[in-house]
Amino acid sequence: MTTRNPRPRLFKSSHLLGISDLSPFEVPTLLDLADTYVEMNRGNEKRHAILTGLTQVNLFFEASTRTQSSFEIAGKRLGADVMNMAVSTSSISKGETVLDTAMTINAMHPDFLVVRHQSSGTVELLAQKVSCAVINAGDGQHEHPTQALLDALTIRRKFGKLEGLTVAICGDVLHSRVARSNIQLLTKMGVRVRVVAPSTLLPSGVENFGVEVFRNMKDGLDGADVVMMLRLQLERMSGAFVPSQREYYHFYGLTEEKLAYAKSGAMVMHPGPMNRGVEIDSIVADGAQSVIREQVEMGVAVRMAVLDALSRNKERAQ
Amino acid sequence: MKPNRRAYVNAHLISPQQGLNGVGGLLVEDGLILAVGPQVTAEMVGAATAITDCKGKLLIPGLIDMRVFTGEPGSEYRETLATASEAAAAGGVTTMIVMPNTQPVIDDAAIVDYILRLARDTALVRVHPMAAITKGLHGELMSEIGLVQAAGAVAVTDGTKAVSNANMFRRALLYARDFDMLVVQHVEEPTLASGVMNSGEAASKLGLSGISPMAEVIMLERDLRLVEMTGARYHAAQISCAASVEVIRAAKVRGLKVSCGVSINHLVLNENDIGAYRTFFKLSPPLRDENHRRALVAGVADGTIDVIVSSHDPQSDDTKRLPFAEAAFGAIGLETLLSAALSLYHNDNMPLDRLVEAMSQVPAKLLGLDVGRLEAGAPADFTLVDLNLSWKVDVASLCSRSKNSPFERRTLEGRAIETVVAGRTVYNYAP
Repeated sequence: MTTRNPRPRLFKSSHLLGISDLSPFEVPTLLDLADTYVEMNRGNEKRHAILTGLTQVNLFFEASTRTQSSFEIAGKRLGADVMNMAVSTSSISKGETVLDTAMTINAMHPDFLVVRHQSSGTVELLAQKVSCAVINAGDGQHEHPTQALLDALTIRRKFGKLEGLTVAICGDVLHSRVARSNIQLLTKMGVRVRVVAPSTLLPSGVENFGVEVFRNMKDGLDGADVVMMLRLQLERMSGAFVPSQREYYHFYGLTEEKLAYAKSGAMVMHPGPMNRGVEIDSIVADGAQSVIREQVEMGVAVRMAVLDALSRNKERAQ
Repeated sequence: MKPNRRAYVNAHLISPQQGLNGVGGLLVEDGLILAVGPQVTAEMVGAATAITDCKGKLLIPGLIDMRVFTGEPGSEYRETLATASEAAAAGGVTTMIVMPNTQPVIDDAAIVDYILRLARDTALVRVHPMAAITKGLHGELMSEIGLVQAAGAVAVTDGTKAVSNANMFRRALLYARDFDMLVVQHVEEPTLASGVMNSGEAASKLGLSGISPMAEVIMLERDLRLVEMTGARYHAAQISCAASVEVIRAAKVRGLKVSCGVSINHLVLNENDIGAYRTFFKLSPPLRDENHRRALVAGVADGTIDVIVSSHDPQSDDTKRLPFAEAAFGAIGLETLLSAALSLYHNDNMPLDRLVEAMSQVPAKLLGLDVGRLEAGAPADFTLVDLNLSWKVDVASLCSRSKNSPFERRTLEGRAIETVVAGRTVYNYAP
């Protein structure tokens, strides 16, 4: 490790807990770095040695397929030793607290801790206690910063810029960490952000988030460059927040007809996993305007960039 | 003679929103009002048009009854849409708003559509359903408010049940607001409303358990805070006590989008009418004492109470010929609504203008209906009223299939003598 020359820093923070940790100047540099990883990932030689000798622990208190595997691949491609902790099957089920679990892992000297937890703020709590770099892979209804970064990368690669675009974020904003991180990042970068949802799925005070609020798809999508759909959890669509799946689909599901309100050729995004026929119609999800699979690809590149950037901070700290 | 064309001349027209209160006529063609006002006379319309000389009788917009229960579907032996519509026509009511408390409950678009088709095929008057706020009226999960609205429901309500879960009701208000759907609440806190009549001296003497006016006021005040939070359009289906009038008055001053109704029973009857356990006077909310009744009358007169309803609720012998505590709540009223309301005019409690507003024009406005106005271009829905005709309520000759009228054997002064829906006469009085 000591043989390496310190590389230039990309951002100040020693963790990535949320988009709030990033300044408007740090985001483009991070996305530039991610762009280089996109190219590398598409080539034949996918392995790099940047993180050789470092240990990355994925600590997922909440089940996840795509985010966890994305972080795992990102770490492995950069040469780190990656360990996945499926917490639901281990010590937590034996009664151990979140902090005890984290301290136990910390004692093994990992270099990166990638954490997902169902309660907002838990990742920040852990970051205060452990001595390695912590990456928030989603905490409750608070933040999911790498998702927002990968979404921004996907948008920027298509439009060549972020500033001045209009992005409509549609659906369950109330319960969505994806929406909160995206709203922060996009507004920070000069994007006109709209949220479109029934009032029962909007957080109180959302009008003060720097976004325009719409309660119907026709007005909300009008002239949008990007339509970003959010996942609606099954248990929330049977009368508690919205009356039923079919009513939600009727008024808020992204169909070809509703997509036509947006700009011609507007980009369709979804963080996954999708409920086909609820928030998005299959024809749209699989259609020419959909970039849902590209988002997954960008996810790996963005997470490589984040790991890379945090490792630089680590080098300089030593 | 021109077919589909008819003139009503020499009438006393009353339609406050159109500024009408005086002698004039009304010309109907193809179900619409072609012209209305003092200029419409026998000479003006000419001999080629069929003419009814109203001889100075009152001609008002057809009544819109915002709270009608029928037994269809599910309890047709109590009342069908057809029999209820006959009672409505005989009472000068040209539009009935039917409640979702049926079997099955009107809580999805298919049942709304069924009611509308059934009404089209069997009813004499216009029928619009209100759909349930919550699925199955269970008070737990929101019904498909957007889809039922698209199918033709004019508002949502759980009818005789209050939505008591505050968070559920808050979300329903929020959601309904997005669709500009009126939310109609039965204002009664269920845990305080286990009694069978108004609480107080009369109930105590009869040995019956009481329902305090506070059961209503507490629910109403809670609801108004939720309305304030959500910005929804809210209508208290029926209020029954003086404190509720004050609460509504204050809410309107605060600028909330609230309105309320009162049943005709609560305006002309009081708890003493129960007498010796007469179950036809067992109503929900219960009849209160005379001071409350007077406050309600004053509330209608000054516009604090927006709407008068019949709260027509047909019940049969099997649910009413029971000990008072066990009997069902409810009374029929479509056929007596107008006549009973006219007693308020005869007693100098209320001008006719105000009655027409509260029983026709305001309901039309709240529900977004095109009727309830005497105006060129409007649907020809109106009622010819003889203000001074005395008639005795003989339950055997009432049109309703159920006979639970609190006005049984009373003599009322004034009634509908002709009822017209979309230009077609659906009722003619024959003594």
